[in-house]
Amino acid sequence: MEELLEQLAVCVERGKVNAASPYPPDMKGEDGADELTKKALDEGIAPDDVLAKGLVIGMGRVGQKFSENKVFVPDLLMAAKAMSAGMAYLKPFFEAGEAHHKGVFIIGTVQGDLHDIGKNLVAMVVEGGGWKVVDLGVDVSPEKFVEAVSENDGCVVGLSALLTTTMVNMEKTVALIKKSAPGTKVVVGGAPLTAEFAEKIGADGYSADPQGALSFLDV
Amino acid sequence: MGRATKGNHMISILDALAKKGVLVSDGAWGTFLAAKGLAVGECPELWNIEHPDDVADVARAYAEAGSDLVSTNSFGGSRFKLDHFGLGERVGELNETAAALTRTAVGPDVHVTASVGPTGKILMMGDVTEEQLYDAFREQIVALERGGADACVIETMTAIDEAVTAIRAAKENTSLEVICTFTYDKIGEDMYRTMMGVSPADMAAAVLDAGADVIGSNCGQGLEGMVEIAAQLHAAAPGTPIMVQANAGLPTRVDGVDTFPETPEDMAARVPALIEAGAGIVGGCCGTTPAHIAAIAKAARETTA
Repeated sequence: MEELLEQLAVCVERGKVNAASPYPPDMKGEDGADELTKKALDEGIAPDDVLAKGLVIGMGRVGQKFSENKVFVPDLLMAAKAMSAGMAYLKPFFEAGEAHHKGVFIIGTVQGDLHDIGKNLVAMVVEGGGWKVVDLGVDVSPEKFVEAVSENDGCVVGLSALLTTTMVNMEKTVALIKKSAPGTKVVVGGAPLTAEFAEKIGADGYSADPQGALSFLDV
Repeated sequence: MGRATKGNHMISILDALAKKGVLVSDGAWGTFLAAKGLAVGECPELWNIEHPDDVADVARAYAEAGSDLVSTNSFGGSRFKLDHFGLGERVGELNETAAALTRTAVGPDVHVTASVGPTGKILMMGDVTEEQLYDAFREQIVALERGGADACVIETMTAIDEAVTAIRAAKENTSLEVICTFTYDKIGEDMYRTMMGVSPADMAAAVLDAGADVIGSNCGQGLEGMVEIAAQLHAAAPGTPIMVQANAGLPTRVDGVDTFPETPEDMAARVPALIEAGAGIVGGCCGTTPAHIAAIAKAARETTA
C-alpha cells in the first residue's frame, strides 16, 4: 500500500496525468495519477489515505519546490492536472461523506483586478493540500466575499491582487469580512504585497507563494 | 480625427540603431494614465476614445523628453483582455485609435511602437487554442499598423509559446518591425527566470527563431538586475539589438500612494553599464516618467558621444 501511494505521489509531483500522457518524457508509457488512484481504491485503500498519503504528498512536494524556485508555473500546472485526474475518482466519496476535506477555502481576486493566474495557482495548491476550494473568480466585490463566507461556516478566505492600484480594495474587503463574520481568517497574496501591508490592512496571514498559503491554512 | 501616418522617409528601427548606436524608448503608460485619473477597474484602452487628449499627452510628453520610440495605449488591447470589459468587439477601433493618437502626437519622425501585452491565457492549460491566440494577436496588431504604428513591442511576456504566437501573427500579417521583451524575476545569483521558468538564453533562441528583430526585457525589479539580463541576452544573441525598459524599482505604498524608489538620476546612473552590457534601446516601465526618460536620454547621449 505504501509503495502504491508513493508512486501516486510521484505522479502528482512530476505531473504525470495518465498512461497516455507523453509528459514527463522519462515516464512515458507508465501509469499516471489517473490509473494509480483507481488502482489504490480498487485495492481497498481508504479514500482519505489515497488523498492524504498520495495525492496531497505529491502536490506538497511540487508546491515546496515552486516556492524554492526549483520548478515553475508549468510544472505546477501539470501537477495540478495530475491531481485532478486522481480527484475525479475521489469525488463520489466526498459526496457520500466517506472522504473528508480539511475545510473550506474561499478565494478570489479583489474588485477592480482581473488577474487570475496567481489566484488559480493558489487555488490548485490549496485544493491539492486537501481543502475544498470555492473560487469566486476575478473582480470580486467585498459583498460577494461576505456572501460566500456566510454560506460556508468556518471557512478561511484568500484574497489576491496583482496591481498596486487594487491593493486598496483588499483593505475594504478584509474590513467587511471581519465586520460581518468576526473570527473569519483572511490570508492575502499577490506580487506587489508585503507582510507589512497585510498586517496593516488587518489580514491574518500573508504568503509570497501558494505553498505558504497552504501552510497558513494547515496550522 | 485626422490620421497622421509614418513619414515616407522614415528609416527602420534597425537602421536607426545602426546609425545612432543607442536609441531611447518611452516610460510608463499605466501609472501616467492613473495620475491623470484612470480609475481602478477602468479599461485603459477605452481612454483612447473617451479621453484621447490625455492619451495623446502621454505620448507627446515622452517624445518631448527625448524618446526615439513611443508606444501606444494598447497593452491590454487583445480580444481576451477587452472581453473582461465587454469591449471584445471593439478590438479594431480601440487599437487603431491607440496607434493614431500616438502617431499624431509624436509626428512622422518618431517610431511608434505598438504595445501588445500578454492575453492572460496560458496555452498549456488548454483554456485557449494556439489558433485562437494567433487570431487575437493578428486582429490587434493589424489594427495597430492601420493606425500608424511602424513597429510593435510584444512585451511583459513570460511564456515562449504565447510570445512566439504573437511574433508570428505580427510577421505574417503586417510589415511592422517586431520587438519582443520578457519579464524576469531574480531567482539566484545572476540567475533570472520568467514565472514560466524561461531563462534569457532560452527566450532569445525561441523569439529570434520566430522572427523578432529586437529582443529585450521590461518591467521587473529595477535597472540593477537589467544589466545582468542584458548581458545574458547579448551573450545568447550577439548580433541582435537589445531593448531594456525597467521599472523605477518596486513600488512601496506611502500614505495610500504608490511610490517608486528610483529617481531619474538613479536610473540614469545605470545607463552606461546597460549600454556596456549590450543594450541598444533603453527606456522605462512602471513608475518611470518623462523626467526619467529625459535623464536616461541625456545619459545615453553622453555614453555614446
